[in-house]
Amino acid sequence: MSKENYKGVDYYLLDELFTEDEKAIRDTVRDFVNNEVLPIIEKYNQDMKFPIQLVPLMAEMGLFGPNIPEQYGGMGANNIVYGLIMQELERGDSGIRSFASVQTSLVMYPIFTFGSEEQKQYWLPKLASAEKIGCFGLTEPDFGSNPGGMITKAEEVDGGYLINGAKMWITNGTIADVAVVWAKLNGKVKGFLVEKGTQGFSAPEMKGKLSLRASVTSELVFEDCFIPKENILPNSGGLKSPLMCLTQARYGIAWGTVGLAMECYSTVLEYTKSRIQFGKPVAQFQITQEKLAYMVTEITKAQLLCYRLGQLKDGGTMRPQHVSMAKRNSCEIAKNIASMAREMLGANGILDEYPIMRHLNNIESVKTYEGTHEMQTLILGEDVTGLPAFQ
Amino acid sequence: MKIAVCVSLVPDSTTKVKIGSSGKSIDENGVTFILNPYDEYAVEEAVQLKEKSGAETYAISFGSDRSKEAIKKAYQMGIEKGILIKANSDDYDSYTVAKNLADALNELKPDLIFFGKQSIDFDGMAIPGMVATLLNLPFVNVVTKLDVNRNEVTAEREIEGGKEIIVSALPAIIGAQKGLNNPRYPNLKSIMASKSKPIEEKNSTYSGNKTEVISMNLPPAKGKGKILENGAESAAELVKLLRDEAKII
Ligand SMILES: Cc1cc2nc3c(=O)[nH]c(=O)nc-3n(C[C@H](O)[C@H](O)[C@H](O)COP(=O)(O)OP(=O)(O)OC[C@H]3O[C@@H](n4cnc5c(N)ncnc54)[C@H](O)[C@@H]3O)c2cc1C
Repeated sequence: MSKENYKGVDYYLLDELFTEDEKAIRDTVRDFVNNEVLPIIEKYNQDMKFPIQLVPLMAEMGLFGPNIPEQYGGMGANNIVYGLIMQELERGDSGIRSFASVQTSLVMYPIFTFGSEEQKQYWLPKLASAEKIGCFGLTEPDFGSNPGGMITKAEEVDGGYLINGAKMWITNGTIADVAVVWAKLNGKVKGFLVEKGTQGFSAPEMKGKLSLRASVTSELVFEDCFIPKENILPNSGGLKSPLMCLTQARYGIAWGTVGLAMECYSTVLEYTKSRIQFGKPVAQFQITQEKLAYMVTEITKAQLLCYRLGQLKDGGTMRPQHVSMAKRNSCEIAKNIASMAREMLGANGILDEYPIMRHLNNIESVKTYEGTHEMQTLILGEDVTGLPAFQ
Repeated sequence: MKIAVCVSLVPDSTTKVKIGSSGKSIDENGVTFILNPYDEYAVEEAVQLKEKSGAETYAISFGSDRSKEAIKKAYQMGIEKGILIKANSDDYDSYTVAKNLADALNELKPDLIFFGKQSIDFDGMAIPGMVATLLNLPFVNVVTKLDVNRNEVTAEREIEGGKEIIVSALPAIIGAQKGLNNPRYPNLKSIMASKSKPIEEKNSTYSGNKTEVISMNLPPAKGKGKILENGAESAAELVKLLRDEAKII
């Protein structure tokens, strides 16, 4: 979608529900994406590089930890604002949104929620200003959907802990100054802060990704890695702690992928209106219109779902299962829309001149990470039946 | 130091302009209004000076209530105080704007006054110069680099095929050109704070206008192109068309 013309997608006049602040912040992030992300992202995607030079700019805007209280360097903004930021960033690229999600929901959130006062005061302002970058290590080579089976373990030793094990698929791993690492201490999952450069800790970048290429994905390897005892997240305990973080991140994904769908729809709408075949715009054929009608309807439904989810989150009545529904739905419709848009652009759909193929590739990761489509389904299934079907 | 930035609200540059029913102004239905892009450079320069040396900063706009949006955007970027001079009607020309701004600036007495080099609605480039004349102040336009010392400014401006460096005493008026700085993206906190910041309202001091819009017309639609398909054999016909129809040879 040519950046100057992008006006979002607002079929149900949702703008009437957003406050002046919410709209102003969304539009500011939209400007940022138009001017800073879209002109460079295809190249970074092709080169498999994360545009790290954008990070200080994003920090200055306050995009990291916007919903963290101001005393810790956050903005004290509500969750609709947070959602809209994610929506706009992911319209640019899922890799950019992933960076912001990890920094905010998977690093600042666990430190804020499970950290000691000293940890909060030390880390949160530095993470908000992006002086420090974080990552979140839960998934392991043999434990993805079933993180409770993790092998990585921590052992209490004089003055601290020894960590052994390996994590895989960790966003920002190689560029992170601090990793929030989940490991079993005496059989119970606990969170630890492992700083870059700690002996016995390395974070090699993973290669060969055909999706989320403008994002750093890494392994985290711990070999008798000693960390001082102040680096445990004291208030974490059990698998519930990392799952609480995932709820936060899924919330951002639910909004973000709507942004991805909005970009694909806007692009294909413009394209099919101007592409002439058989003497008519392609948009005038009924089959095209059926697809466009599907897209705009699903985007509108997803927007409303996210908006309500934001209200529930701000009101304190949101349950993790609510988030699963929205993550599952947004990723599913975004993938369908990206895929349809790809076809509707014909051969042009595979070119880097249009954002579609990149988004289509990216959504494959996003649909899988932070809990696959199937896992969200089982979470909902258990919630409505009371019968867990995981095992 | 006291710095004033004169800001205006203009239709978004992607607007497809339609003429209103009066035939003398544009139809504003469905038009999004933004802070004039050149004013963003002016605002940024003022905010940077404030951050460097603690200047007092003002954004001033002349227009209807809607112009408060321009001031709010300036607030979001870091300007501290705003003044809206309320126009008596929607029918005002450059001179009326300049006269009102000059009267307000005369009262405020800033050391440095910024404008965008032009506003992208009418592209008149008239107002900063008129204000300078009315206030009898030095004026440097199309400025791409600025150094402010205690009593003087050194401004670099674009000229045909080169640049010109001008030193001027303060107070002075500076017209900001693209390249002067990189206007910041407002920070979330200042966006949230800008909403509750008050804007001082002043009555208009002049509404006489020196010019009158008689009518406003869209440029004529481009005619369809013509393709002569017989290769070299079309040459004679082409010459005939260029002479008799296009009348360019
Ligand atoms: C680009 C990228 C970035 C990532 N970033 C991070 C990160 O920063 N931190 C982190 O910790 N992790 C991260 N991940 C990992 C991600 O969260 C996992 O890949 C995801 O949870 C799925 O795990 P898995 O790949 O091991 O798949 P598996 O769990 O092996 O699943 C394989 C398939 O089986 C299905 N399946 C599994 N169990 C069931 C069941 N009970 N019933 C039905 N179907 C089932 C799954 O849905 C899936 O389709 C990232 C992944 C990617 C691709």
